[in-house]
Amino acid sequence: MSILVDGNTKVICQGITGNAGTFHSLGCREYGTQMVGGVTPGKGGQNVEGIPVFDTVEEAVHETGANATMIFVPPPFTADAILEAVDAGIEVICAITEGVPVVDMVRVYEKVRASNSVLIGPNCPGVITPGSCKIGIMPGYIHQPGKVGVMSRSGTLTYEAVWQTTNLGLGQSTCVGLGGDPIVGTSFIDLLKRYQDDDQTEAILMIGEIGGSAEEEAAAFAKANVTKPVAAFIAGRTAPPGKRMGHAGAIISGGKGTAEEKVAALEDAGIVVAPTPADMGDAVVQAIANANG
Amino acid sequence: MKIHEFQAKELFRQAGVPVLEGIVAKTPDEAVAAYEKLGGKVAVVKSQIHAGGRGKGTVADNPDQRGVVVCQSVDEVRQAAEGLIGKTLVTIQTGPEGKTVNQVFVEAGCDIARELYLGIVLDRAVAKPVLMVSTEGGVEIEAVAEETPELIFKEHFDPAVGLEAYQVRKLCKKLGITGLAAKAAFKFMPAVCRFYVDYDCSLAEINPLVITGKDEMIALDAKVTFDSNALYRHKDLLELRDLSEEEPSEVRASESGLSYVKLEGNIGCLVNGAGLAMSTMDIIKYHGGQPANFLDVGGGANTEQVTEAFRILLSDPNCKGVLVNIFGGIARCTTIASALIEASKVVGFNVPLVVRLEGTEVEEGRKMLAESDVDIISATDITDAAKKIVAAVA
Repeated sequence: MSILVDGNTKVICQGITGNAGTFHSLGCREYGTQMVGGVTPGKGGQNVEGIPVFDTVEEAVHETGANATMIFVPPPFTADAILEAVDAGIEVICAITEGVPVVDMVRVYEKVRASNSVLIGPNCPGVITPGSCKIGIMPGYIHQPGKVGVMSRSGTLTYEAVWQTTNLGLGQSTCVGLGGDPIVGTSFIDLLKRYQDDDQTEAILMIGEIGGSAEEEAAAFAKANVTKPVAAFIAGRTAPPGKRMGHAGAIISGGKGTAEEKVAALEDAGIVVAPTPADMGDAVVQAIANANG
Repeated sequence: MKIHEFQAKELFRQAGVPVLEGIVAKTPDEAVAAYEKLGGKVAVVKSQIHAGGRGKGTVADNPDQRGVVVCQSVDEVRQAAEGLIGKTLVTIQTGPEGKTVNQVFVEAGCDIARELYLGIVLDRAVAKPVLMVSTEGGVEIEAVAEETPELIFKEHFDPAVGLEAYQVRKLCKKLGITGLAAKAAFKFMPAVCRFYVDYDCSLAEINPLVITGKDEMIALDAKVTFDSNALYRHKDLLELRDLSEEEPSEVRASESGLSYVKLEGNIGCLVNGAGLAMSTMDIIKYHGGQPANFLDVGGGANTEQVTEAFRILLSDPNCKGVLVNIFGGIARCTTIASALIEASKVVGFNVPLVVRLEGTEVEEGRKMLAESDVDIISATDITDAAKKIVAAVA
């Protein structure tokens, strides 16, 4: 098993006729993902290297039975694209787009949470169940089917973690990029629940960064509800306050959201925290060893 | 994007949030003219910089000169303006280097009965904006939050609906506001909330918010920051951007689509991805070095961007070495390698360069670098890279 997506997942791409949409739809198909269609308003009836294009998500779902989507539309139209996917009953929505206004996400967040859809992102690399289904922009070959559930607010730092767990022979169950924005559809807690209930996942690696309090909330949740070994890494120990570090959500404001607070909360919950990004894989090994007594 | 107090107050005025009369001045003569035009006895001369704590801040080399001065005469206005314009103001938010005051805001005085605090930010934990008010106005709100959090009152609101009347009633009760002042609050508070949403703010803060002797409610200060991702739908706001308030190298980087933050150390960093860039800084520090910057070249970095990135890094006189850390995903290592070789021809590296490449097309990328004329210390992993650059600049 895995979480969120597997070999049966049927995927469409909203914004498939744009450069990024085309490139990554083909990349996902090459990896083995069932790319069943795409959506670009006004371009229904065309196809992208054999992948049929529809005018609306509703139509795409009706024609292909799609239950997942990845969104590459530009930021001004991303909120609307997400809502269209929710309306069409898509189960897993990955919004890759970076730069969505926060006020748009306030509106979207409430509607998504009230629906049966799961939103990953925005501003994220996507989700991958190695060997079965890749939805997003991550390089497929660094992954290996295995036992670690990886969840992260960052892109390339996730690749680093994945690569380390692959080289250690642990592999990954499902890797999820939550996204680097202040408001994202899925939290660490949402995924801790899923990983805890997933047979394939034997350990969890959580990669956080400065800004907000998602890591502290996840630490408290894990302490009370998660029995599987958990390891973590927090990026931004050297980040100055009040400066946005690339991601819109990576900012220490009003003295809150520092790496120190997050590391302390995680360690308090018995989570093994890697001291440097080079130690993320080893931290997982350590967490597993601790759990085995 | 940040704006000045006088600009925020003009937007407030248009949005129906009461402010005092005021005029911005770039010279002492203009400040005197502004004082005479306002026509009152009392006026306040306020330095305009993109940082808080101005009232308690002082001018470098002149600790008696505060950033905000209450004046009672033409002479006092002239003296205050001369003491501030063109000088460096140091506040708790500017850091020890301070910020140059290019202009002052000359504002009419008012009869203050009470000083309150009002601020709106995004509450990330519940994914909604939150209005915060406090009886403790005119002081550092962070200190209030730390010492007496029970004196800060919060109400979340739906951006589409705004602040409801019952929420204003609750807040007035807690703040002890009654009568005419409460009546003013029913206009004031929803107007600021509407402003926050309409302009896609990430911060709208009024400290202090005053109640006058006549029970009026007035924004005596105004600190507003906009969500940069939403500026495409507020083209008019772009005119309010003051580039002189921003770090020139950061402005230059943003023009090339690079995400760059200048720091105090001596090891320049060039990384792809924000999380990896932050943790590259962290590991440099872990091994005893000091990062000179945060720099994310992004996923689709091309030769022009990498070249510009090197120019920016090497133009920092503190930079004694550069660490390149790339995990090629979508961005291929070969692309980065050829960009690096090109950049070295154009820019000319004069400091040690440590390169760590991993990911897509890594073997070909490493080979390209090894066969080039560029003088590179190559590293096998992040730890190796961090240790090598720290040793190289030592």
